[in-house]
Amino acid sequence: MARLSLDNVTKSFANFDAVNDVSIDVGDGEFLAVLGPSGCGKTTLLRLVAGFEKVTSGEIRIGSEVVSGRGGSVAPEKRRVGIVFQNYALWPHMTVAENIGYSLKVAKLNKAVARQKVEDALALVNLQGLGDRRPANLSGGQRQRVALARCLVAAPSLVLFDEPLANLDVHLRASMEDEFASFHKRTGTTIVYITHDQAEAMALADRIAVMDGGRLAQLATPRELYHEPANEMVASFISQGILLPADVLSAEQAGQCKVRVLGAELVVRCRPGERPRTGAKICCRSADLDVSPDGPGFDGLVKRVIYQGGSARIEFTPSTSPDLTLHFEQPDPVVLESGAQARLRIRSGWLIPAAGAVA
Amino acid sequence: MSTRIRESRGQEMALTTAVAIVIVLLSLLPMLRLIKEIVAPGGTLSTVAIKAGLASPATWVATWHTLVVGIGGTLLAVLSGTLVAVLITLTDIRGRSALVLCYVMPLMIAPQVTALAWLQLFGPASPFLKLFGAAPPLGTKNPLYSTSGIILLLGVQYGPLVFLLVRAGLRKLPRELVEASRAGGAGWFTVLVTIVLPLMTPSIMAAAALAFVSCVGNFGIPAFLGIPANYLVLPTLIYQRLAGGGPAVLGETAFLSVLIGVIAMAGILAQEVMSRRRDYRISSTSLAAEPYELGRWRPAVHAGMWLLIVVVLVLPLFGLVLTSLVPGYGIALTAKTVTLDNYRFVLFEHDAASRAFFNSFWLSIAAAFFAVLVAVPIGYLIAWGKQRWVRLLNLSVELPYALPGVVLAIASLLLFLRPIPLTGIQLYNTVWIILYAYLARFLVLALRPTISGYHQIDRALEEAAQVAGAGLFTRMRTIIFPLLAPAAIAGGLLIFMTALSELTVSALLWSSGSETIGVVMFSFEQGGDSNYAAAMSVITVAVTFVLMLVTNLLAPYLPSGVLPWRD
Ligand SMILES: Nc1ncnc2c1ncn2[C@@H]1O[C@H](COP(=O)(O)OP(=O)(O)OP(=O)(O)O)[C@@H](O)[C@H]1O
Ligand SMILES: [Mg+2]
Repeated sequence: MARLSLDNVTKSFANFDAVNDVSIDVGDGEFLAVLGPSGCGKTTLLRLVAGFEKVTSGEIRIGSEVVSGRGGSVAPEKRRVGIVFQNYALWPHMTVAENIGYSLKVAKLNKAVARQKVEDALALVNLQGLGDRRPANLSGGQRQRVALARCLVAAPSLVLFDEPLANLDVHLRASMEDEFASFHKRTGTTIVYITHDQAEAMALADRIAVMDGGRLAQLATPRELYHEPANEMVASFISQGILLPADVLSAEQAGQCKVRVLGAELVVRCRPGERPRTGAKICCRSADLDVSPDGPGFDGLVKRVIYQGGSARIEFTPSTSPDLTLHFEQPDPVVLESGAQARLRIRSGWLIPAAGAVA
Repeated sequence: MSTRIRESRGQEMALTTAVAIVIVLLSLLPMLRLIKEIVAPGGTLSTVAIKAGLASPATWVATWHTLVVGIGGTLLAVLSGTLVAVLITLTDIRGRSALVLCYVMPLMIAPQVTALAWLQLFGPASPFLKLFGAAPPLGTKNPLYSTSGIILLLGVQYGPLVFLLVRAGLRKLPRELVEASRAGGAGWFTVLVTIVLPLMTPSIMAAAALAFVSCVGNFGIPAFLGIPANYLVLPTLIYQRLAGGGPAVLGETAFLSVLIGVIAMAGILAQEVMSRRRDYRISSTSLAAEPYELGRWRPAVHAGMWLLIVVVLVLPLFGLVLTSLVPGYGIALTAKTVTLDNYRFVLFEHDAASRAFFNSFWLSIAAAFFAVLVAVPIGYLIAWGKQRWVRLLNLSVELPYALPGVVLAIASLLLFLRPIPLTGIQLYNTVWIILYAYLARFLVLALRPTISGYHQIDRALEEAAQVAGAGLFTRMRTIIFPLLAPAAIAGGLLIFMTALSELTVSALLWSSGSETIGVVMFSFEQGGDSNYAAAMSVITVAVTFVLMLVTNLLAPYLPSGVLPWRD
């Protein structure tokens, strides 16, 4: 087990910052997911940790040792990290067992011990008896398991996953997710897990680092990310949050404040110390929206109704600001139709902190 | 059979037929003719030719010599070519493109030019050694007139060939395979030995087979280095017999050429057998691995590489240029003796020489063009063909195409000694017999890279197009040719440069009026006119070099990897 810390890590390719001033502390035995849209620098971040790329500035420590920093960089083979690649990267000229036993052979481990460890690793990923096959003769899921076993066999203190499930089908994904989770529970290894799938990150991780354009947008628990996004990017990226312009009317009291949204007043959750201001944004979830024909709220037009089995997703445009689109779900029986007028109420929401405010 | 089925079969049938015709005309026909000459000389079955051949001690000596220089040259080429490929491709060495350009140059230079250049460098008449007064006294034996001299030059000549194939393979190595190994705790040397080299064995073995065939079939180097020392290999033995006896000894030389063919084939078959067990298709496309940091070794590696370049390229060419500038054998180069007379003579005064320049140019262009067009469909059937008999065809295709030039030359002679039946067209003693031999001879240079290209393409790419409704010809044009164009065109360019100053085939097939550059160069050297030969060599090297520069201008419009000397 090892702590991993990144301090103000920046990686530039030519003039382009693929990773920009990222600081993350991963605790011993923690499962950290790194989530973000394509091209935001997730893979680069992982390769920095593994040592395949050199930091442009900043520092990376594994345990108490500085592995990348101004003083140079520890070679990847000296870092004792395990890595599972998105495309598996199994060596085609070796059998499954040889693939798995590679790091043991490199470490010149006793042959019998190594064989036993390989057997154990195969058993761990439910591939007993496939040791003599070539990677080319395995299914995608089996290859992924071999890749996992290969990385686990050396019992690394830190394991890095780069979108390990991206190439698998949905069912296999679910079962591999379970396997990762139980592996983490059993071994307590520190894990950095890259994904662009939010559900996967939420299901597996203790904490999630959301990245955007090379920067760290927010680092928080799944619950906090969902309920208290730190900025607009996270708010809209996680579970398609709805962003609405708001004016803060009252100072924070007991974690709440009063705001005006689309002409209606309501009380939303907020960070301590919020003061009245204009041009703020709130984030609300589709579950926070209600149809309220007579109560307080605002009027608008139903743009689309998409039936999803058991409920429908309704897209709605307020008449006061026609360029906004809100969406919410209505359970069966669905009564709204596209083109209909409706009146909506926002029950609650989260006031997004002003840009530059510290978490 | 429904129309739809017939439609789908039609294009494949057309392709197969066309390929079959080409193969029959260019390989089966000459090979069969050659075999007939051996087993049934004069039309009746007899073992006379074989017995006569086997009984001659010269045969055995030359065979032994061929094996020695063939294996020696291949080993040297594989070791040096692979080492240079690994250093240039996988490390953070500086000046990579310049190194590639310089290291690949010897491949673009004809073997007899290489031989001439090295001879001029070390011989007693060497204007280079004379510059420092270090030349041995006239009459001293040139140290290159020896077995090790031949092996050394074969290694120098074909090291770049190995380099190109191995480098192409290395560049396709996905970085994850290397990184997974490093994350597993392997240092760079371990990665090299356990991951990189094993994955490269198909490339290395293919390169070794090619180098071996080139070495045993090479005529220029043993002709320039071996004949003076009376060290004969099979190609030079054939040349001497034929030069002395004319068409009358064709039967005897036919046996010798088949012997070369058998040796070359053994090399190819060994590679086939070994690589069948190791078909590591790398299908994922990925970035290349981060270069290994040489660190404090970098200056030493740089110095070593450039020293190598100086020794294999700069010095020999320098020696060649010096020789071309002195008026006669053994004269030292001074401000007073320097002259351009040799150039004037070969360009304007010597009829055969100027004819040779013209002939060689159009012959090479024709051969290159033809080979590029034909290599893609043939490669398709060989690499991806589904029918059983096509696979059988594989061997018969590999077999004659991969044979050394001498074999084809003799076969062409036998085939066209008399006018072509029915038409009465006479190819013997014309330039057309050389063109025919070039077409057959050089196809392999475009075919091999194309086939390995096929092996590296994931078949799914073609199948996807098939599913999208593309017929065979459409797939060839839109999917396969673009994917293979780098390999095929690179092959074509290699063919042009090789054919331009080719000697092996034309030495046996030329006649007055159809001289090639190589032939005229060779006869100058044999007549003791090294200065004229050097002048011609310098001209061809210069032409080749200019051609390389001109092609470089096109580089932005070509897919990367087309030009072997470009990084
Ligand atoms: N070696 C490199 N040279 C130049 N730019 C690079 C290099 N590697 C990555 N980049 C750039 O850095 C950015 C981040 O790349 P990265 O691979 O880290 O993205 P990612 O978040 O993993 O994306 P994806 O989800 O698509 O895998 C991209 O814009 C990419 O083009
Ligand atoms: Mg990525």
